[in-house]
Amino acid sequence: MSSDNHQNGLPSALRRKLLMGMAALPAAALLPKAAFAQAPATSAVNTTGLAVTDTTVRVGILHSVTGTMAISETGSVQAEKLAISQINEMGGVLGRKIEFIQEDGASDWPNFAEKAKKLLVNDKAAAVFGCWTSASRKAVLPVFEQYNGMLYYPTFYEGLEQSKNVIYTGQEATQQILSGIDWVVKEKKAKSFYLLGSDYIWPRTSNKIARKHIEKNSLKVVGEEYFPLGHTQFNSVINKIKLTKPDVIYAIIVGGSNVAFYKQMKAAGIDLSKQTLVTISVTEDEILGIGGENIAGAYACMKYFQSLDNPNNKDFVAAFKKMWGENIVIGDVTQAAYLGPWLWKLTVEKAGSFDIDKVAAASPGIEFGKAPEGYVRIHENHHLWSKTRVGKAKLDGQYEVIYETADLMEPDPFPKGYQ
Amino acid sequence: MFEGYTLAELGSIFAMQGFAGLILFSVFVLMALGLAIIFGQMGVINMAHGEFMILGAYITYFTSNFFLNYLPALFSVYFFVAMILAFVGAGALGMLVEWGMIRHLYRRPLDTLLATWGLSLMLQQFYRSVFGAREVGVELPQWLIGSLPVTDVIEVPINGLFVMALTLLITVAVAVLMYRSRWGKQVRAVMQNRVMAGAVGIDTEKVDRYTFGIGCGIAGVAGSAFTMVGSTGPTSGQLYIVDTFLVVVFGGAQSLLGTIASAFVISQAQSTMEFFLSGSMAKVLTLLAVVGILMLRPQGLFVLKVRR
Repeated sequence: MSSDNHQNGLPSALRRKLLMGMAALPAAALLPKAAFAQAPATSAVNTTGLAVTDTTVRVGILHSVTGTMAISETGSVQAEKLAISQINEMGGVLGRKIEFIQEDGASDWPNFAEKAKKLLVNDKAAAVFGCWTSASRKAVLPVFEQYNGMLYYPTFYEGLEQSKNVIYTGQEATQQILSGIDWVVKEKKAKSFYLLGSDYIWPRTSNKIARKHIEKNSLKVVGEEYFPLGHTQFNSVINKIKLTKPDVIYAIIVGGSNVAFYKQMKAAGIDLSKQTLVTISVTEDEILGIGGENIAGAYACMKYFQSLDNPNNKDFVAAFKKMWGENIVIGDVTQAAYLGPWLWKLTVEKAGSFDIDKVAAASPGIEFGKAPEGYVRIHENHHLWSKTRVGKAKLDGQYEVIYETADLMEPDPFPKGYQ
Repeated sequence: MFEGYTLAELGSIFAMQGFAGLILFSVFVLMALGLAIIFGQMGVINMAHGEFMILGAYITYFTSNFFLNYLPALFSVYFFVAMILAFVGAGALGMLVEWGMIRHLYRRPLDTLLATWGLSLMLQQFYRSVFGAREVGVELPQWLIGSLPVTDVIEVPINGLFVMALTLLITVAVAVLMYRSRWGKQVRAVMQNRVMAGAVGIDTEKVDRYTFGIGCGIAGVAGSAFTMVGSTGPTSGQLYIVDTFLVVVFGGAQSLLGTIASAFVISQAQSTMEFFLSGSMAKVLTLLAVVGILMLRPQGLFVLKVRR
């Protein structure tokens, strides 16, 4: 950690304490000691037998570092480790240093459940930061509910879920989709859309929401298509796109297919500076594989881009590069993963306890002003209020932020009228 | 779906669609050739075929980086160097694998399936540990990017043409090697009767090693070519393995002609159906058709008649 970051840390920590103090006023009446005590007694902050000592608290990190998903989850692991080391430098949580145990989900969903159980039952982890795909989250959810654990889940996902035991630090589908479509309709005068996606729950649910929103605005969907995961040949659909001439290609293709899709679009002569393409599945991470020259000109709808111009993000990017290397890129999910440990720390300090029930109850209303994406707040439904942004891909593999919503978007995991 | 289009527009769409099918055909042949040699000629079920392809892709990636940094003037031709290196690299690894693992399993073909599957997992993790878990982007020379405009609507992707030419070249080379050379005769002799071939003085071990090496080398070249149209990452090889086996088994494992015919049938069916249906449905129907035909004709489309 750089020394100037440390200096920055002090005043902001003070400010955060003040903010938190105000947010916690009603709670403070019940727990008068928690707000002030530097390191309260272990018996007071841990009544359910979690792995908390007088000087340390144990948490878990549960991502795939081997197998197919390692490609995506590596960034999340790096972000969580960075956040934990920063929190420890500032004195830890309730005066206790965070120790983490890392388990490998190995891209295998039953294995995720197994490891989650190990972290909760054997290691008594006070919180777990992890999972990436919805499939892995669905696999561990019953474990977290049965053994009463706390999971901080970083990925943007399809919504339709809410649990006392999970904090969703990524966007649910409506947060990513609605204002992005509004933007393209307004800015590009778009009238017709061609929806594409990989064939599983997230793209299908997202496109369903997109279609409803498009049709609500009396605009037209001229095609909707799904491809098996790992599909590598897109020439036929590219011909169909050429035939139907949509104003906007709306693409939610993931993994290795992404690379094939953008390379073949470029080879087929579709020029993304003329043909508008909006994606919600390509972050800076994916562009590494696709190559900036193949996707330059496309628009992505995210809440975070590495190029965001604010002091929080500058510090974050600098710290991330210092820890993990100068050439590393940071995508939307990586930033959301970074929020996990911070939100947990703030919640524990507000609750004055590591107990899962108290942390879950204290979560709504937690504010984090130093988030790289800017101010965020936890909603009653355990998702985050956050802004939606549109970025335009550049040749160097970064996005130029060209639009952001004025207000925070409300998370709405069960959107009425979109199901 | 064709209301409101002029005849000329429809004509050009069909022309482009036909071309898309031909590109898919070339891709299928290219990825299946290496496997057809190993599976068809040697009876080894090589589940690590995709990983040999990806080795070729990584070699291409490093060659392009090397040229960018040290020989920028020659960058436009690096792809040819990369393909040769990919052939040599993947072929050498193939021979090593044959020597260390496969040769002990010739009498147990089903075990080769398990062994090579394990090998594929090991190679994936090796790539991940050494080259990193993230995908890498291979930079192409300028002349391989973009398309040739034939008319206003018809545009032909240059890298598609390149893959077609490469496929043609390698297919011809393999055919000559297999059916016109002394070495090919030895390979076929060993395949038909290993003991008798050994008895008449053919060094069967050497023949096996080189056959496996050449099959893997061709996989490496295919992987190198596919950096133009696909992704390069530790697990990218998995994207190709199912289609590859489909083509080889459907064609009749021991026949080069069968491989080509089956690649043609599958690619045309797939690309036509993809145009009229969605991508997932096209895949389902193609697989159903293949399963149906294989039930009626378990030996595949073409079969070699030999007396056992």
